[in-house]
Formats: sequence, C-alpha cells, structure tokens
Amino acid sequence: MSLYRNYPDRSKAKLFRNGTIIGLLLLFALATIFPIYFMVISSLGDPVEAGAMSYSLWPSKISFASYKFFFDYSEYSFRWLGNSLLVAGSVMISNVVFASMAGYAFSKIKFRGRAFLFTLLLVAMMIPYQVTQVPLYILIVNTFNLQNTYTALIVPGLVTVYNIFLSKQFMSSIPKEIIESAKMEGCNQFQIYLRIILPLSKTVLAVMAILTFMDSWNTFFWPFLVTNTMDMQTIQVGLKNFRFANTTFFAPMMAGATISALPMFILFFSLQRYFLEGVTVGAVKG
Amino acid sequence: MNPTKKSFFRRRLESDNSWGYAFIAVALVVFALFTAYPVASAFIISFQDYKPLGSTFIGFDNYAETFKDALFWKSIRNTIIYTILTVPVALLLSFAVAILILPLKKWMQTSFKAVYYLPAVASGVALSVVWLWIFDPMDTGIFNKLISLFGIGNQNWLGSSSTAMFSLVFMAWLSSHGTSIIIYLAALLGIDTSYYEAADLDGATFLQKLRYIVIPCLKPTTLFLLVTGVIGSFQVFQNAYLMTGGGPDNATTMVGLLIFNNAFKYFEFGKAAAQSLLLAGLIAVVALVQFKFFGKEVEY
Repeated sequence: MSLYRNYPDRSKAKLFRNGTIIGLLLLFALATIFPIYFMVISSLGDPVEAGAMSYSLWPSKISFASYKFFFDYSEYSFRWLGNSLLVAGSVMISNVVFASMAGYAFSKIKFRGRAFLFTLLLVAMMIPYQVTQVPLYILIVNTFNLQNTYTALIVPGLVTVYNIFLSKQFMSSIPKEIIESAKMEGCNQFQIYLRIILPLSKTVLAVMAILTFMDSWNTFFWPFLVTNTMDMQTIQVGLKNFRFANTTFFAPMMAGATISALPMFILFFSLQRYFLEGVTVGAVKG
Repeated sequence: MNPTKKSFFRRRLESDNSWGYAFIAVALVVFALFTAYPVASAFIISFQDYKPLGSTFIGFDNYAETFKDALFWKSIRNTIIYTILTVPVALLLSFAVAILILPLKKWMQTSFKAVYYLPAVASGVALSVVWLWIFDPMDTGIFNKLISLFGIGNQNWLGSSSTAMFSLVFMAWLSSHGTSIIIYLAALLGIDTSYYEAADLDGATFLQKLRYIVIPCLKPTTLFLLVTGVIGSFQVFQNAYLMTGGGPDNATTMVGLLIFNNAFKYFEFGKAAAQSLLLAGLIAVVALVQFKFFGKEVEY
C-alpha cells in the first residue's frame, strides 16, 4: 500500500523495477560527483603547464608533486588552513553557545518584548546580504579600523539569526513540565539551561555546529574583502589568489582545490548523519 | 552585603525578565551591531554621495541614476533569465530523484542522499576552479570533448557572450540538489498511506497516484523550495564573479555582482546601497507574488 506497486520479494518484476531505478539514480549521481572526481584525480598529476598535457579521466600515475607546488607557492599556505580553522572554529563555538542561549530564552523564558524581538529577527532574515554588506564593510574597516585582523573575520558571524531560529524551533518542543519541576527543585534559569536544556538539545546543537563550521570554512567574499596580506587570508582567498597567479598550472590548481575541500569531505563522511539531518531540521517547520 | 540589598538582588535574579535579557544579550548586541545598524545605515548611505571623510546628501540621485543605467536593467534581466533556467529545473530534478529513491531500502536511500549532497560540502571557490577547466575552450577541454561526440565543434564556453550564461546555468544543474532531494523525500515519507490504499481500491495507476495524491500533498514543500530557491537565486553572484567576472560583454552580470562591483571595484557605496535596497524590494515582491499565485490552496 504505497505509491509503488507491491511486488512479492525477489520477484523478477521487482528486481527489474528496482534495477532500472538504481541505474537512473547512479547516472545522475555520476553527473553530480563528476566535478569532484575530476578534481581529485587531476590533482595527482604532474605540475606541468596545461599546454603540455591533456586531461585524462584516469590517473596514469600518482604523484603528490602538485600538492608540493601548491604549498611552495606561498610561505603562508599552511597558515591559510590554520586561519580558516581558527575562524571557523571560533564562529562555530560562539554560535553554539550564544544561539542556544538565545534560543532557550525565546522559547521558554517569558520576558517583556520577547515576541517583538523575535519577529524583528525573523524579518531581518529575509533581507538579502547585499544590503548589509556595504555598511558592514564600512563599519568594520573604516569605523572600527579592524582591517586585516582576526576580529574582523570572526565578529560579524558570532551569532547568526538562522541558528537562533533553529535552536528556538527545537527547544520549543521540550515539555515545559521538565523546566517547571526543575524550578521547584530550586534550579535557576542558568542551571536549567546548563543541566537540562543543553543535554536534551545535543542533536540540534551538533547539527548547528557542523553546518556553521562548514559555512564559515567555505566563505569567500567576506575574508576576501577584509584581508589584504597573505598571512591573514583564509584558504578560500588563498586558493583564489593562487589561481590568478598560476593560470596555466592545471594540476596544482586542482591540488589547491582539493586541499580546500578535503577537511569538509572528511567531516562530511565521519558525521554524515548530522549533515543529512540538518537539512530537515531547519526546513520542514519553516 | 546588607540583607535588604541581597534580597533585592535575589528578586532581580528570580525575575524572568532579567534572565531573558541576560540570555539574549550577546545575540542582541551582535544583531544590533552587524545586522540592524547596517540595514539602517544602508538606507542613509543610499541617499548620499558616500566619501570616507564627509559624505554629502544628494537625495534620490543614486536611485535616479540606477534607473537610467542600462547595465542595471541588463543585470536584472540576466538574474531573471538565470533564475528561470535554474530554479524550476532544480525542483523538477530533485522531485524526480526523491520519487525514484522512495521504494529503495533504507541504506540505499541514505547512500544516494549522501552522494547528491556531497558537492554542497565543497567550497564555491574549489568548484569554480574545477568548472573553469571543465569549460576549457581548447579541444582538450572535458566539455568540448563531450560535445565532439555529438559532432559539435569547439566552443569558447565562458568566453563567448552566447554561451557564457548557459555555462553557468549548466553548472547549477549539476551542482548539489541534495538539500531539496532530502526535503522532498521527508515530505514523501510523511504522506498518509491510507490515501494510497484508497487509490489502490479504485484501481489507480502509478501516474494517477502521482497526479492526484503526491503532487497535491507536496504542494507546500514545492512552494517552500520555490520561494527559497528564487530568493537565493536572485542573490547569486559568486560563480559569475569567480568564473566569468560578469563578462563577456556583461552577459553574466547579475544584480548581486553589479552591486559588488559598484561597491568594491568603483567604491560607489551610495549607488551600491541604493541598488541593494532595490534588490531587496524586488525579492520581497517576487516572494509575495509566488505566495499569491501558488499559495492559495496551501494550508499552514
């Protein structure tokens, strides 16, 4: 009783139907991951200029010379990874802490102006980032004079409205009886938050941490705007500059792209469940 | 500490008002500084000839100039074309894939979801580097090799104004649809099976069930994905910036890129602010229109 007809298990008709479906899905999957496959395979080639080579879809040999070429390009290339890690790590931690606190307040603590403030946040979420980009740049660079500092890279992303919304949605579903009985036992709000709300919200906080880290790691424009020396750049900005400086070096460029993406691939494959869950946590209720 | 002061302090602590403000304090400061203030500031800057040392108010000049600017209208046109070519295709593809994944075993569903999601994990810069080489104009380029199988000659994909937009669109088609697929699949799994049972009793075919049960039931999901997809697409410019720089001959200049260039290439902050607010207005109108047209029968 479903959308599809129910065939008996192991019947020829079912095998044929599922076989066709899997075939179609595999075809689409191949097309989707082809760019990534191409990137990784090509990065293993020799660092020669593109004119002297032709692209192949199968590695004839495996060499890490192109990776060395990428790292040798700038004395700061390892630091780019470190910078990205520092920025994404800080943004992730502060989002988990402050968004979960705000989410708890907006879902469970009654205070004057709560509904108004939350509506304000929701409205702000619909404003395209182009609107805030220019004034934010002026604020950080001209007013606060923070150009080329870690503060400039981190501070605008300390808490995102989306994460507040995400944790508020989740925490609304925690029964209020638990909180009330904790109050009877003499817990204050901070103890309730720390000992009851946080442990119950582990999954949504993990999802938030991972997606925030990934977003921050992959951000390009903001670090591009506020950094101007190589030692302060993140890996994404570094990769873009490498590309412009070495337009013909195909394999090293792919090596750079692989390096910038690899930490996220590792994260994705080890914490896949949270990535895939994260999609529906925010969307279905929204 | 004297006793009256202590009890006053305790009372303050026990009041939910203070706790509430304490919990949202950091979030509120960050929001006020880095979202609310910039939005307010954007309105002011949009009426100014902005200079770091002493701006002058020039009324509606930035807006008037924008409306007279042929490039602004071209960028709007490009954005609309890009949206029309990418968003519906993305919806259709993810809907079809979700339907196909549905009858498979749980572990297969998860594996396919993971594969389709994977490109979303790689950064836009990394993917743009890869796609630049896929679209390599030489006859050794991957895409040129592929079309030569069909007897089509070499194309200068990103370098010719007739193919540059298509190349960006094609890239979007093959980018990650993981998010929409997962959302569609979750909605599909949420459809009450008694609908199918009733349909089976009436002898409905697969296509009939699709037409009369699945599509109506998934309408809220489709609307959600359509609205968020269009809003996102109106702001897109990273690929255009990294792959074509908006060229050739501004064939791929999107509104987002025009604003970016005005601000950070020509340092015309006032004009950029005015254009960003016009974009915000446009997005709001388009979202409202979609709700009006498609949202009639959707229940929330």
